Parts: sequence; structure tokens; C-alpha cells
Amino acid sequence: MKAELRTVKTAAELSLAESYAAAKPKLPGDGKVVALREAAFKRFDAQGLPHRRVEAWKYTDLRAMMREAKPLAGLPDAAAKARAKTAGSLLADMDARRLMFVDGVFVPELSDLAKLETGLEIRPLAQSLASGDPLLATHLGRVVPSDGDPAVTLNTALMSDGAVIRVAAGATVERPIHLVFVATAEKPVSIFTRSLAVVEKGARVMLVESHEGAAGVEHQINTALELVIGEGAHADHVKIIGGDSSMVHVSTLMAAIGARARYNDFSYTTGGSVVRNQLFLRFDGEGTLANIRGATLLKGSQHADVTMVADHAAGGCQCREVFKTVLDDKSRGVFQGKIIVRQGSQKTDAKMMTNSLLLSDEAEANQKPELEIFADDVQCGHGATSGALDENLKFYLMARGIPEKEAETLLVQAFVGDAIEGVEHAGLRDALMDDVVAWLKARGT
Amino acid sequence: MAMLEIKNLHVKVDGKQILNGLNLTVGKGEVHAIMGPNGSGKSTLAYVMAGKAGYEATDGAILLDGENVLEMQPDERAAKGVFLAFQYPMEIPGVATMTFLRTALNAQRKQRGEAELSTPDFLKLVRDAAGKLEINMDMLRRGVNVGFSGGEKKRNEILQMALLQPRLCVLDETDSGLDIDALKIVSDGVNRLRSPDRSMVVITHYQRLLDHIVPDVVHVLSKGRIVKTGGKELAHELEASGYAQFQDDAA
Repeated sequence: MKAELRTVKTAAELSLAESYAAAKPKLPGDGKVVALREAAFKRFDAQGLPHRRVEAWKYTDLRAMMREAKPLAGLPDAAAKARAKTAGSLLADMDARRLMFVDGVFVPELSDLAKLETGLEIRPLAQSLASGDPLLATHLGRVVPSDGDPAVTLNTALMSDGAVIRVAAGATVERPIHLVFVATAEKPVSIFTRSLAVVEKGARVMLVESHEGAAGVEHQINTALELVIGEGAHADHVKIIGGDSSMVHVSTLMAAIGARARYNDFSYTTGGSVVRNQLFLRFDGEGTLANIRGATLLKGSQHADVTMVADHAAGGCQCREVFKTVLDDKSRGVFQGKIIVRQGSQKTDAKMMTNSLLLSDEAEANQKPELEIFADDVQCGHGATSGALDENLKFYLMARGIPEKEAETLLVQAFVGDAIEGVEHAGLRDALMDDVVAWLKARGT
Repeated sequence: MAMLEIKNLHVKVDGKQILNGLNLTVGKGEVHAIMGPNGSGKSTLAYVMAGKAGYEATDGAILLDGENVLEMQPDERAAKGVFLAFQYPMEIPGVATMTFLRTALNAQRKQRGEAELSTPDFLKLVRDAAGKLEINMDMLRRGVNVGFSGGEKKRNEILQMALLQPRLCVLDETDSGLDIDALKIVSDGVNRLRSPDRSMVVITHYQRLLDHIVPDVVHVLSKGRIVKTGGKELAHELEASGYAQFQDDAA
């Protein structure tokens, strides 16, 4: 018998186990789902919350940052739904189909499921789990195996609701689909949402997720999206973790991308006290073009971590990754990015760049780019920079009469804009730039 | 009253004394050239007038219309009418030139208590000024100076000068990196801005710029102070005899 290395469980781990045991009978899903949850929880329970000695979580010691686990969220009442109405306002001007999830539960009366485009199917996850949706049987937990990542296993064990979306082969969905996740409970709660989107061969869709919580309430959010992108499909995915919120937010994207597809991903983070945003991407077919970008703006004592793994399981794909982080006050930004090129994935063209801009002497940037290349005919590279604003550029702007704060704003905008320009949807791009300007203005006061 | 009066200016950079009691008086509407060998303090003079950090005035004063600008931030000086045309203009990727020009113009107007320009008025102003300098509008939609040749950058400096309408223009080696054609476009641009209300300090190593921008007065700078002052013919003398004599004089 192997010796058990883990001895003492933390208070948070113990209450997660209690929550799971109590919730198990009520969580949606039949025998197969129950088995999936059970296996996932066992896996989680064996390793516990990730901590700094777990390499992938080195800079985000969740065990230390989550002293206690909050109770699972209950069903939202009328007051909670009323509070949720202003959620997703950053994208108010965008004509999107909104699906609203309040405290982790789909709320049909705040969502728009009318006149679905031809080829588009949308169902709440809870319903799909309960009814044995074949789409789940095929894909749930299988899109990109996350090697027992603790955030994903915990999510699988406790997932309550989310969206199940299918875009049929060849269908073009013009109107973006906006999943609005909002935590409104007045006392801190834990929320586990899981979504699945299958974009079939040659289909076209844009998915936006936004996550926000109430100011000053330390909700614990664990959310995941599995995304299947078929051959020749064109998918855009945008994730916004915003708002004036004190949540601990763990987000995971698992995307499998087929041949000759186009994929654009953008993550935008300004909210949360602790944020871990994971992207696990796998390229399954040749000739795909992908742009993976992100912008993070932090202040106060915020901590945000972007961890990305791009696995080139097939050759001949072009992938660009650009992540920008702006750090003010005592905030801390983390970027870990790994490009894997498997043996035989020849002609892979992958470049990753991460830049951090420190606006304060006390801010901290941790950047860890990695390449793991087993093929011999590839073009791969990575770069990482961190530094303060260029004083020479600032002087040039000021010498033309632009006051110092305004000069800084222009330079930070330019820094972040480099990543935001990659967002194809013009309305969304403008909304994000406006939000950056608002963030910078708030900083000045 | 002189528009610009520099009195006994001492400047240190990185703890090293660069300007040693420089005196210079430029009357309203006059163009003065500052010539001097490498290391004589020409660029330091330009930067200290514009207010660059790290250029520490340990003694003396720079009076613009009788007001000492040394205590002012660079943006306040600009609003008072000081303009430095940079020897090496900065590239600012991500900030479109149009945005930059508009922000600068409106910031200066705001500091002076004037109303912001309307979009059509601003566009007309830019289009006219850019046309004269053979700058096409597409270039101005790109990031500031990004992908510009040396000549284009210098033309962009003069465009900014034309739009901001400063009272005192300081041109720091504006001729460096220019071919003959570009030199002519830039010089014509500067000459169009000559006016009885505007003074200019033209800093250059070579006399050739002064064939195009003809100065009223020529000064020789050596070891951080003005060592000789004369008319425009002084530039030609220097071209023939070199700077060696002044370096010896000042030593």
C-alpha cells in the first residue's frame, strides 16, 4: 500500500467535501452523470486544492487564497433576479442574444431564446443533464482532457447549470450569443457553472461570456466551457471577467479545434480579487488560423493569472498569442503559457508574446512562457517583457502640451489596444476600449 | 522685451555639468542659430528648454516673455508656446497620429482657457497643414511615427509645429538624416512659420540647414556656453574653418 502523502485537509477542502456529499442527491443528471461527478470528486479529493508546490499553480496558491469554501448557492429569488438585470452592461450596445445565469442558474425570463437562427440549438445544462442529452454523452468532459486539473475536476463534480449550444454544420449565426453569469447573492456563495458549445463543420458563431459579482462580496466562482470547433468552422470566443467585484474566480476553457478552422479568443479581466483564467487549446487538424489574446488590468491588491496551454496535435496551424497586463498599486499579474508541438506536427507556426506594464513600484508580474517542441520543421517563438511606462514617450507627449495623466492614459491605451485590436466585432472592440479608458480615468481620481 | 532670455544657465545631466553659464537673448520674431561641435551642449539646451526630466538646472533662468519656465512641467511650457522639434522623434505604436495631434491641440487650448476645436475644423486644419508638407492623410491614421522614414518623421514634427502655432520654436538638429529634397520641404515648412510674433532657435551642427532657414543671428556654443555671436556669415566661416578654434578658446 502506498503511503498517503497528504495528511491534513484544510477547512476549505473539508467543507467542499461536505457540500458535495450534501448536494449529490440534488445535482442534475442520471447514472452516467453521477458516475462522472463521483470520479471527478474522488480525483479532486485525492489532491485537494492546488497550492504553490503544484507547478501549474505555482503563482496562484489557491489553497492559501481560499481559506474557507463558501456554501453552494441556492436558487435565485425574485430580488436576486431583479439585481441581475443590470449585469452585462459593458456590452449593452451590442446586439447579442443574451442568456442569463443568476447565481449559477439559467433564468429563462431574463434570457432571449426567441427565434433561434436556423441550425442553432440552445438548452440549459441542467435540463440536458437530466434528460440525458446525447451531445453531453459525446462531449462532456471529453473535449480536451485536462489531466485532472483540480479546478476542472471540482467543476465536473459540482456543475449545476450552464448553456449547451449546438451550431449545426454550415450554419451561420450572425448575432453573437452572450452568456451573462452574475452572482447576486448578498452572502458569499460558491457557484459551479459548466457550458458546452459544439460548432460543427463550416459553421460560424461568436460566443461571449461575461462574469461579474457584487462589490465587496467574496463569491467563489468556478466556471468552465468546453468548445468543439469543427473542420472549416469559424468561432470567436470572448470572456470578460469584470465589474467591481471581490470574487474568487476560476475559469477554464477547453477547446478542440478542427482542420482549416478560424478561431479567435479574447480574455478581458478587470474584476475579481483572485482570478485564474485557464485556456486549454488543442489543434486537431491542419491549416487552422488562431488568434489568442487577452488584456488584464489590475489595481489594489487584485491577483489575476492567465494560464494557457496550446497543444499542436496536428501540424500546419498558425497560432498567435498576445497577452497584455497592466498592473497598478499592489496588484499581481501572472501569465503562464505553454506551446506544445507534438512529433509529426510539422510546419507549425506558433508565436506567443506576453507584456506587462507596471504602473506602480509595488506591483508584481510573473511570466512564464514555455515551448515544448518535438517536431523539427516548425516556426515557434515566445517573448516576455515587463516594465514601466517609457519616460521618453511620456516626455514626447507632454512636450506637445498633453498633461502627465493624459499622456499615461494614451500610452496605456496603446499598450492594451494592441491586444484589443484583435477583436473582430467592431462594437465589442469599442466597448472594451471604452472600458479601458474608464478604468484609467478611475485610476486618476 | 526679448521673447526668450536665458541667463547664466547651468545644467547638470547625470551629475555631469553640461551647460556652464549660458546666456542667450532672442528678440520677438528673430531666428537664432546655435552651432557647435559634438558634446558642446546643443541637445542639452534643447531638452532643458522643453523640460525633460533628468536635465537639472542648477543655476540661472530661462525666461519666456519674462516668465521663468524652469519651474513648469513640459506640458505647461508647451501651452505657454514652447515647442521642441525633436532630433529623434519618438515612435508611439497604438496611438494614431490624428488622436495624438487632436489631444495635444485640445490640451493646449484647454490650458489656455480656449474651447476645444470641432471635428470638422480640426480636420480642415490638419488637411491644409499636412498638404503643404506633402504628408498624406493615410500616414496620419497610423501610429505616431510608426513606419515613418527619417524624413517623414521630421516632416511630422513640422506638421505639429504648424498646428500648435508655438511662440518659441526650438529645432534640434532638424536637418539630421534628411536628404536634399526632404531638407527643402522641411525648411520651407519652417520658413512659412516665420512671423514677427514667433521666435526660433535653430540648433545645428552643419551650415547647410542655414542656407535654407536663414538666421538673423548665429551663436557658437562650446563647452556649455556661447563663445561667439555674429551674423549669418559666421555660419560660413565655421564651415570653412571648423570648430577647433572655439574649442581651444573655451578651454
